[in-house]
Amino acid sequence: MHEFGIACSVLDAARAEVRLRPEMKLTKIVVRVGALAGVDPDALDFCFQALVKETDWEAVVLEIERRAQRHGCPRCGREFEVIQYNTTCPVCGESETTFSGGNELELAYLELEEL
Amino acid sequence: MNRVPLERKVLSENDRIAAELRERFSAHGILCLNLVSSPGAGKTSLLERTLEAFPREQRVAVLTGDIQTDNDAVRLARFGFPVRQITTGGTCHLDARMIEKALAEWRLEDLDLLFIENVGNLVCPASYDLGEAAKIVVLSVAEGEDKPLKYPAMFFRSALLVLNKIDLLPHVSFDLAKARQNAQRVHPGMATIEISCVTGEGLPQWLQWLEKGLAACSRNLAAT
Repeated sequence: MHEFGIACSVLDAARAEVRLRPEMKLTKIVVRVGALAGVDPDALDFCFQALVKETDWEAVVLEIERRAQRHGCPRCGREFEVIQYNTTCPVCGESETTFSGGNELELAYLELEEL
Repeated sequence: MNRVPLERKVLSENDRIAAELRERFSAHGILCLNLVSSPGAGKTSLLERTLEAFPREQRVAVLTGDIQTDNDAVRLARFGFPVRQITTGGTCHLDARMIEKALAEWRLEDLDLLFIENVGNLVCPASYDLGEAAKIVVLSVAEGEDKPLKYPAMFFRSALLVLNKIDLLPHVSFDLAKARQNAQRVHPGMATIEISCVTGEGLPQWLQWLEKGLAACSRNLAAT
C-alpha cells in the first residue's frame, strides 16, 4: 500500500506548478500508470480522494491513464500490447520481441482554468 | 481551459536521490544489490550464508529494512561486517532517502559490495529505485510457482531470481520448471539460481554470480 505516498507526490508536483500560476485554478491532474508500474490505479484514486477531501482541491479530478505492457517486434517493426504475458508478435509470429513500455508512473499534464 | 504538460515521473524526487546514490556507488566501484521478496522467503538467511562464506577482509556491508525490530541486523552482525538496520516504522518499502541517510556514517571508500535487504513485500519496493546496480528477487518454494505472474512488476524489474528453500521440494507441491517458465514469461532472459540456505546447495553458483558482478564493477572503476 504505497499508493498513499504516490498520491502525496502527485499533489506535491501539482502544487508546485499551481504556485507558479496564481491567476489559475486547478481542475484536473492526469497521471499515467503502466501495467508494470506496481501501482494499483484504484488504490491511488482512493488515496488521492482522501487527501483532497474537505480542502480547496476537493473538486480537482484525478484522471488515471492506464497503459498496457507493450513490446516491439524486431522483425516486422510493429508495437503491440502484451495480453496475458503473451509476448509473441501477433502480426508476424516472432517470439523474440523486446519490451517497449508499460512501466510508466508519470505525471502527464494538469488542466487549469482562469480564476 | 489550459493544459500544462508535465511529462515527468511521479517519483522524480526519489529518482533524483537514487541517481545521486548510483553515481556515488559507481565512483567508489561499489556493487549495490537490492534484495526483495515476500516476508519469509529467506533474504536474511541468504545474506547469513553469504557473509559466512566471505573472508574476513571482504569489504561488504548490509543495510536491512524492516517495519519493526532490529532482529535481522542482530542476526547479520554476528559475521563481523558493518550492518545497519533501517526501521521504517510502518512504511512498506525502503526509499532512496532512507538509504542516503543510513549511509551517512559509513565511508564508501571502505566498501566494494553493499547489500540492501528491502522490507518483505513483493509489491511496493518495485516502485522505488534505491540506486542499486540490480534488484534480486528471492522466491521460496514454500510460496507458489505463480508468484511471477501475480507480481509481475517486481519480477520484471529484478535481474536475478533466486529460488530458495529447494531442500523443501520433496515436501511441497512446488513445480520448479513451471516457476522458471513463469519468470521467463514476465521477464524473458531472467537469470535464475536455485539454492538451499539449509543444505548449501546452489550457494557456489550464487557466490559466483556475485564474483562476476564485483569483477565487472572494478573493471568499470579501472576504466574511468
